[in-house]
Amino acid sequence: MGDVVSEAGEKHWLVRPETVRLFWRGGLAVLALLVIGDFFVHGHPYFWIDGTFGFYAWYGLATCAAMVLLAKALGVFLKRKDTYYDD
Amino acid sequence: MTISDFPPGLVLVLGALLLPFAGRRIKPILILGLPLVTLALVSRLPNGSFAVLSILDYQLVLVRSDALSRLFAIIFSIMAFAGGLFALNQKRVLELVAAFVYAGSAIGVALAGDLISLFIFWEIMALASTLVVLSVGGDLSYRVSMRYLLVHMVGGALLMTGILVHISTSGSTTFTAMEANTLGANLILAGFLVNAAAPPLSAWLSDAYPEASYSGTVFLSAFTTKAAVYVLLRGFPGTEILVFVGIFMIFYGIIYALLENDMRRILAYSIVNQVGFMVTGIGIGTEMALNGVAAHAFTHIIYKALLLMSAGAVLYMTGKRKCTDLGGLFQSMPLTTVCGIVGALSISSFPLTSGFISKSMISQAAADESLIVIWFLLLAASAGVFLHAGIKFPWFVFFQKDSGLRPPDPPWNMRLAMILFAGLCIGLGIWPEFLYAMLPFPVAYQPYTVPHVVNMLQLLLFSGLAFFLMLPLMKRTLTITLDIDWFYRKAFPAVAFSIRDAVGNVFEVIRSGVMNGMSRFMTKVYKLHGPHGVLARTWPTGSMAFWTAVLLMAFLFLALYSAG
Repeated sequence: MGDVVSEAGEKHWLVRPETVRLFWRGGLAVLALLVIGDFFVHGHPYFWIDGTFGFYAWYGLATCAAMVLLAKALGVFLKRKDTYYDD
Repeated sequence: MTISDFPPGLVLVLGALLLPFAGRRIKPILILGLPLVTLALVSRLPNGSFAVLSILDYQLVLVRSDALSRLFAIIFSIMAFAGGLFALNQKRVLELVAAFVYAGSAIGVALAGDLISLFIFWEIMALASTLVVLSVGGDLSYRVSMRYLLVHMVGGALLMTGILVHISTSGSTTFTAMEANTLGANLILAGFLVNAAAPPLSAWLSDAYPEASYSGTVFLSAFTTKAAVYVLLRGFPGTEILVFVGIFMIFYGIIYALLENDMRRILAYSIVNQVGFMVTGIGIGTEMALNGVAAHAFTHIIYKALLLMSAGAVLYMTGKRKCTDLGGLFQSMPLTTVCGIVGALSISSFPLTSGFISKSMISQAAADESLIVIWFLLLAASAGVFLHAGIKFPWFVFFQKDSGLRPPDPPWNMRLAMILFAGLCIGLGIWPEFLYAMLPFPVAYQPYTVPHVVNMLQLLLFSGLAFFLMLPLMKRTLTITLDIDWFYRKAFPAVAFSIRDAVGNVFEVIRSGVMNGMSRFMTKVYKLHGPHGVLARTWPTGSMAFWTAVLLMAFLFLALYSAG
């Protein structure tokens, strides 16, 4: 992103580089706070591993990365031009 | 006869037939009024069986009212109302008629107490939904709606055969929980699963739904698959195979949505994904799981319709549907963007949205039953939902790059429909007790505990981090992804054409052989009898005189010899 220009030629404030930088910093701070929150919040884990420190964080990150890569790999075989069926 | 003896679904089915004759002033009143009358009738139904008809030796129970059937009939009525509001400026009356018949027959399915009336409403649904797609007009929508109808006719045939076998072996037409261990029950299960977009026939959904109009897809997203969820919930709770079918559907939906470029097809795949959660819950089959499934169907209809309304608004205003053509729309369509994001957060089951209070009951049920692998898969799937629908859809449509498009928000009726459903998404998320009170079993579940909220936020926000870290890998391409429908769109036609060609070739060899023989024969005949043939010449008179003279001479010789 970063090339969103309004009619006046001025970028919308939401997509100016400084705002985007702010979003990244704010987002990373929230992520850090959530993981730190694990020190204070003690749920009732259903199994063993889901009660360990930062489990939901790394599990979300890792499974999403795995799904994106799996999709990418399947795409190699299954993707076709979007005009494939038009004949 | 009391008012309960009038099947509420028929208000929509019969009322829809008035729409083509209604004037400009009456039409909007009918479109908004009919679903509200239906909703009032449904929500006032007491428990029990009504509208009982005897046909031949069988008893049809058109209205079987209990908490479960009412829950589905209520959400179908609400959906018909919001869909009607969104479609108020739809110029093709045929689509609205079809959509209301479709909604009314879905309510008929939800309330049907016996298998025969269930089947009748089931088939009306199939025909009416086909008409919703077909009403777009043109060659593309004709072909796609015929493919859609074909799949549903296959499903209908399975269901009908199953019902006939079931009735003849068990002697009962009542629609109640079955064990999937007889031929009849298995065929019924298969027929139900076709409409749930279960494998192997999942592709009909992402093939057909995105080809309907901007408002047609909103209706389509709600009824067929959720009516299938209802009948599975009623007919096959605790059927173990459904756990695996559901898990497959969940990940199929995620993977295909990640690869997809068409914004409404992304959402279509995500319907399969969400129905997968419900099918898994039905397979688990405990009270907690079934409550979760019913609640999730209810909230899903609302947020999925909201997502498709925001996509429909974009399509209506820009005429574009591919992520590669869209982006940056948040600047000129702020309301559509906000409503789309509310729908996206709800489907991802963010705290304070409706998805949070429904989907977590299904995961809880998996944990309660110590289904450890299923629980971890459902958790990964929750992360995956945020990835493919929660962020991908709003990001590529409303943000991403600047497409240069600056359409305004859609007309007031479409804005109002989106605001209504966005409000319901958040309202149900904040006050889940309203929904919990309507569920089939008593609810002792508290979604808002500090650990649950923190855990889900961790899971979802780190999935979001994964999305933005892997953004280069998600770059949209002008592609589609092959699916099982390849077999009936490419392979079977190719086989059929090659059989046709092979048969044609053999025929050609025989034909040309026969024709050559015939023409050789005819050439010979022609040679002799044709205009220049020896036997067809016009002989000069002289030659006739000559031959007469020859004959007479021969006669003379013979006479002389015989005399001598």
